[in-house]
Amino acid sequence: MVVELPSKEEFPCEYLQGVINGLCELSLKDPLTGLGNRRHFRAVQERTIDGVARSGDPALLLMLDIDHFKKVNDTYGHQAGDRVLQTVANSIATCVRPMDTVARYGGEEFAVVLPNCHTSFGSTVAERIRAAIEALTIPITPSLTIKVTISVGGAYAPEWIRSTGALWTERADVQLYRAKSEGRNRVCLDHQQEIYVSAEEKNLLFGHLSLGDPAWIESVSSDLPATTASSAMQRVN
Amino acid sequence: MSDVLNPPVANEANSSVPLKPLGKVMAVTSGKGGVGKTFVSANLAAALAKLGHRVLVLDADLGLANLDVVLNLYPKITLHDVFTGKAKLEEAIIRAPGGFSVLLAGSGMVEYSRLTPEVRDDFLRIMSGLVPHYDVVLLDTGAGISDVVLFAVSLASEVLVVATPEPTSLTDAYATIKVLVGQQKRQTIRMVINQTARIGDGRAITVQLQQVLDRFVTTEPGRPIKLIHMGDIPADPAVRQAIMRRQLLMQTTPSCAAAMAISQLALKLEESVISRNR
Repeated sequence: MVVELPSKEEFPCEYLQGVINGLCELSLKDPLTGLGNRRHFRAVQERTIDGVARSGDPALLLMLDIDHFKKVNDTYGHQAGDRVLQTVANSIATCVRPMDTVARYGGEEFAVVLPNCHTSFGSTVAERIRAAIEALTIPITPSLTIKVTISVGGAYAPEWIRSTGALWTERADVQLYRAKSEGRNRVCLDHQQEIYVSAEEKNLLFGHLSLGDPAWIESVSSDLPATTASSAMQRVN
Repeated sequence: MSDVLNPPVANEANSSVPLKPLGKVMAVTSGKGGVGKTFVSANLAAALAKLGHRVLVLDADLGLANLDVVLNLYPKITLHDVFTGKAKLEEAIIRAPGGFSVLLAGSGMVEYSRLTPEVRDDFLRIMSGLVPHYDVVLLDTGAGISDVVLFAVSLASEVLVVATPEPTSLTDAYATIKVLVGQQKRQTIRMVINQTARIGDGRAITVQLQQVLDRFVTTEPGRPIKLIHMGDIPADPAVRQAIMRRQLLMQTTPSCAAAMAISQLALKLEESVISRNR
């Protein structure tokens, strides 16, 4: 990486700031793909967990692994492998929002942190990435192009809970292994955090409270008439 | 021991559960707080002990444990000391008034309310050391559906969900069951309804929950969710008295309606859980 620095003598402060900025870049970026590196990923993940614990907004973590990447390296050489990594990295980055963080997790594995990603959109975005990679035709030499696919595993951070980055990653990883073992080039998401109970479900659970129907309501009300009356009004529509 | 420490297997059906549940371990959970988890755990343990079983209650509510308050026991050595290596496991196990053993979390456990890999390992190590010595281990979990609660429940072969007829409790019990079915692929959940007003209330509530689950929770074909109604504990002024005196209901008023119901529950559990695992 080449960084243009202001003159040391004329602008010492700017020069120093330039050095610091350059070092920050160096410490947080993956040189090959230009994505965030693992350290950057960890920091973003921790910050996202704080946000989830504070606001309860769902956040999604995707772990992505290029299928049979070793074959690319073994067949076409490491330069071709690097080209594939760069193209895939680029493609992933264009599939997500600017607020999302794409990082190179290691080897041919990538991670995407998507803060404020509603649970019903998770599979859409993961599938978008998978399809984009599948559609790629990666030119290596004028006569050679390579096609690759990617497996995606994802998990939501437990809402309102201060979980740990390690556990969150582990859950996404389990899904990635599942995607791999189910035949690759697919998306598997952990749905554990869909614990949302809809108004319709609530209605069915105790909707009959408002009808005053089942046995147990009446006798509770003889104990605490005021409370039951108000809870009967809590019918969710 | 070895099956406790099995690493996660990715292609297993219950891939989100890190471990195989341990036999004869029963998690008592509820979603909502204040519905009587600890009350049920402690008194059920006493009832099971009276039937001749070796019972241990483990305070799995690491962050906000209050089994000590319910039992009025303040031991010098707690689970916290075992976690930190200051004491041996057997030193922390104490005899509760009802003839069963308890392992209390202790107030220093707040630092363990976050489930880190270390906490998980400590917990596993302790559980695998305990289980062989008892007929039943009851895990009194915390309220909510946090990582710690879900992890504690994942260690158990049986789940007993405590709910009251109140809408808030029903919603939280339902949400908990949904997560346990989705994440841990649980098929069988045992229900006990606390503070019921009339005979039949608990069964009606369980049927209601089952109907909503059947309608809204999709499971793999051939693996339906089954809620098993284990019994009701009727609203009984003696319960409040026992709690305020910080004594076991099974000891203060063993013949009151609620205590009788807990004895019934113990019998039913003995029949369906304990004898089957022998």
